Amino acid sequence: MKKKVDPSPYLLPFVGLFFALFVWTLLSATVAKDLPSPYRTWTESKHYILHPFFKDGEMNQGLGRLAFYSLVRVVKGYALALLIGTPLGFLIGLSKKTSQMFDPLIQVLRPISPLAWLPLGLVIFQKSEPAALFTLALCAMWPTVLNTAVGVRSINPDFLNVGRVLKLSRWQMFRKIIVPASMPYVFIGWRLSLGIAWLVIVAAEMLTGSPGIGGFLWQEYNALVYSHILMSILTIGLIGFILDRLMGLLEKRFRTT
Amino acid sequence: MTRPVLEIVQLGKTFSTAGGSHEIVKNFNVEVSEGEFVCLLGHSGCGKSTVLSIVMGLSSATVGGVCINGREIQGPGLDRGVVFQSACLFPWRTALDNVLLAVQQAHPSKSRKEQIALAQKALTRAGLADAGERRPTEMSAGMRQRVGIARAFALDPKILLLDEPFSLLDALTRMDLQDQLMRVWDTERKTVMMVTHDVDEALFLADRIVMMTAGPAAGIGKIISVPFDRPRTRADVLNHRDYYWMRDRLTNFLEEQGEIQKSARSPQVAGPERVMVRPAFDL
Ligand SMILES: Nc1ncnc2c1ncn2[C@@H]1O[C@H](COP(=O)(O)OP(=O)(O)O)[C@@H](O)[C@H]1O
Ligand SMILES: [Mg+2]
Repeated sequence: MKKKVDPSPYLLPFVGLFFALFVWTLLSATVAKDLPSPYRTWTESKHYILHPFFKDGEMNQGLGRLAFYSLVRVVKGYALALLIGTPLGFLIGLSKKTSQMFDPLIQVLRPISPLAWLPLGLVIFQKSEPAALFTLALCAMWPTVLNTAVGVRSINPDFLNVGRVLKLSRWQMFRKIIVPASMPYVFIGWRLSLGIAWLVIVAAEMLTGSPGIGGFLWQEYNALVYSHILMSILTIGLIGFILDRLMGLLEKRFRTT
Repeated sequence: MTRPVLEIVQLGKTFSTAGGSHEIVKNFNVEVSEGEFVCLLGHSGCGKSTVLSIVMGLSSATVGGVCINGREIQGPGLDRGVVFQSACLFPWRTALDNVLLAVQQAHPSKSRKEQIALAQKALTRAGLADAGERRPTEMSAGMRQRVGIARAFALDPKILLLDEPFSLLDALTRMDLQDQLMRVWDTERKTVMMVTHDVDEALFLADRIVMMTAGPAAGIGKIISVPFDRPRTRADVLNHRDYYWMRDRLTNFLEEQGEIQKSARSPQVAGPERVMVRPAFDL
């Protein structure tokens, strides 16, 4: 007898998608008359999707280009966040004094919205690009800091005892035991940080009008091209999803090694 | 007479906790001479690990101290190979790399090739010639403990310290590893101090058995010499005419102490098996 494969895991996502499209169509036909229907969104946006790399001036470019600008900005700000956040996390996890010193500060800084940091960044740097990176790093680093610190604190004390009986130096202890043992937590932090970085970049671009997917969205809102807003939103979601999946894959690789 | 390799002198340990201070070990004196295999036998929670972890250098004595070759120990040292109850292998390293870490510490000036050869040799002696590339997650508990033993032997230490190394294994694997340990010990004759609460294990392995009284403030109850010839096989031991009365003596002692412990049971619960150290260092 042949084993029957249950098709529902592959079908149900499409059912959900159709449901969403249906609600969208319904809304655009009844209460929100300004909201373009899915079909209109597609016809008005397909130029951006089918020719993703065209360029008609600074603010009129294909989706691929817009996404690329945003991604480059995210990579820069995210790298900054990890470069600051990971060592800070280790420091806080390893030393009670550092932890007592920084914990209250982190608790206060962490809930501040990117919308609040951005003006400060503009005041400090006078330019939108470094201000955006500043905002991104400041918002995205906290999950890395906190998860790294938790990872260090939850290392099996037996591992440290093995290091001690083998007479590892402090540096060897750090490099050969503490870092690899806390890596799973560090990765969780990195993954969450990337998600936040992507959230923040869109907001930062909208406020600074930088070329990128968020800047484009805001411009099209001002130009009253609502279908492009929807296209941008969907693209933002899709890229965020892909980024998270990529981090998940990376995490899995590291967990087994 | 030559001086014993390992001396535990007037050792006492008191833990101060939020609920007050508990004197766990008191007036503990043992001397172990070169090449001797000593088992420390006692009820669970009486303070065996407390004593051994002081000898390991992982915790410090409240009173008294530990001398090796006449010198008081200050913290851990490579002169002592240590095997913990759970193998404590690093899961991100292969079996060989776990042993290699010990070899690198013991022979830092040797070339990497020589270090790998030594690590492989230690694995082979522990009966794991072909498992070097495996990760701890891909091994059985018995295999992991073999790697743990290989890691301790790879240091080529003066003294081996084992804290209930086989107590988490099933009966068959346990016997297997006891045999293996016996074979390796027969060729190297290291000085060994091993903690156990298994009477048969102690009789099979030890030259001398140190019985601890029940806590709190546990000390030494009795010390008996085990007269069985070396090298021993399990059958030799079981058929020896002294085996049964010795076993009875040990079991009776444990039962006696168990009664004492039960009646003296203070609110303190059997606590952490491992020595807690604060993660690493303060900056
Ligand atoms: N770090 C500690 N702090 C407080 N009490 C402890 C600590 N470590 C062990 N103890 C207590 O010491 C006693 C003996 O523990 P242990 O040496 O682990 O016993 P054993 O190894 O013989 O089973 C137990 O009652 C335990 O609660
Ligand atoms: Mg114990």
